[in-house]
Amino acid sequence: MASLTVTDEQVTATKSKVIQPAWVRVMHWINALAMILMILSGWQIYNASPLFDFRFPREYTLGGWLGGGLLWHFAAMWLLMINGLAYLVTGIATGRFRKKLLPITASGVLHDVRAALTFKLGHDDLTVYNYVQRLLYAGIIVVGVLIVLSGLAMWKPVQLYYLVMLFGDYPAARYVHFFCMAAICAFLVVHVLLALLVPKSLRAMIIGR
Amino acid sequence: MAKRPFLIPGVDKRLLIKDSIKTMPDVTRRRFIAGGASLGALTLLTGCDVIDSSSAETMLAKVSKFNDAVQAFIFNPDALAATFPESAITKPFPFNAYYDLDDAPDISAADWKLEVRGLVDNKKSWTLEELHKLPQVTQVTRHICVEGWSAIGSWTGTPLRDFLKLIGADTRAKYVWFQCADKDGYNSPLDMRSALHPQTQMTFKYAGEILPRAYGFPMKIRVPTKLGFKNPKYVVSMEVTNDYKGGYWEDQGYNSFSGS
Repeated sequence: MASLTVTDEQVTATKSKVIQPAWVRVMHWINALAMILMILSGWQIYNASPLFDFRFPREYTLGGWLGGGLLWHFAAMWLLMINGLAYLVTGIATGRFRKKLLPITASGVLHDVRAALTFKLGHDDLTVYNYVQRLLYAGIIVVGVLIVLSGLAMWKPVQLYYLVMLFGDYPAARYVHFFCMAAICAFLVVHVLLALLVPKSLRAMIIGR
Repeated sequence: MAKRPFLIPGVDKRLLIKDSIKTMPDVTRRRFIAGGASLGALTLLTGCDVIDSSSAETMLAKVSKFNDAVQAFIFNPDALAATFPESAITKPFPFNAYYDLDDAPDISAADWKLEVRGLVDNKKSWTLEELHKLPQVTQVTRHICVEGWSAIGSWTGTPLRDFLKLIGADTRAKYVWFQCADKDGYNSPLDMRSALHPQTQMTFKYAGEILPRAYGFPMKIRVPTKLGFKNPKYVVSMEVTNDYKGGYWEDQGYNSFSGS
């Protein structure tokens, strides 16, 4: 009997320790792949007609030339969009976004930024996001939505004219698309760096706990 | 658009790159689509060689075909491209081709005729004088290049659908295929629904003046619902056909529908 009780306890304990449920992990890594493909092929496309006075190094572009970059971009977009949409729907339907990312308060963010800069921000309980994490994760979801909408506006400026209007005009949508990419790249640097600094968070995103 | 930086004075980098890509043998160019050093990075990230170039190429070609179907599906024949006031026109409107302006076709109006072929009742060729007599309309729309830049211009000409009606074209056919006078024989297929779009135009004038050589004299097909490369210049013939005959850029990997 005693052993049975222990088993029960173990089961409950194990359950509560799941930090990242399977759907989050699967969608996270699909998104990671889709993002890398979109960014590298996007740089190829950017290089054909740069918005600013620089080009991305050829070694970091996908597709070999503009036509190849476009093929990659318009293939990986399906992966990004379908996975992203599934993530948004599941995140809202399961209440995960509300539970994990809200509320975000200015005082909370300020407090945690200060704590982080003085290396006092703890990561003892990975199931609870601190305010900096909440802000960044919620923010990157908004950026993700914006980069898809501006991308769609550029892909179908006549059929999806209302999207072009949302951004002002076609060239404006291009700039929005670019700056969203820049924001995602900046996020990626911080995100990967912190995952390496707190390896158990990386483990949680791979095996769940 | 900001002025482009020049690598060598007088040489446009983009044209230079295009030229150098064009000099690659076909196979090398296609390999480049899937190949390149960037794949090395992917291999490092995934720890395995997930993308061997020929299977990646096949996959990408399939997705591009799928994208053609998706775009045809969401194409609304009544959705009009935005029009702009004359004050919005981009000046100067850029010359754009895979060759230098000096190499652009220099067509004499007297010698030129528009050939009409395929599934049409009346296959007579048209002189420029005859075409100029057809009713014309002017529209100010945004030309969007596959490269990402765009420019607003004013084009005047005859709606293509009126001309197709006039020559008794079978509008149930799948494509109107245009052949051009550019060196290397530029051509491009246009799906029939886009050809019948109210804004698709046989263009004879730019900014109220007879189309200059840079913009496609004597005739350009202006399709505001398509990317720029699907707006052929220096057109010499059109063929109404059910066969997909490919196109200059389409054959190299640009998405064939490339609609806006």
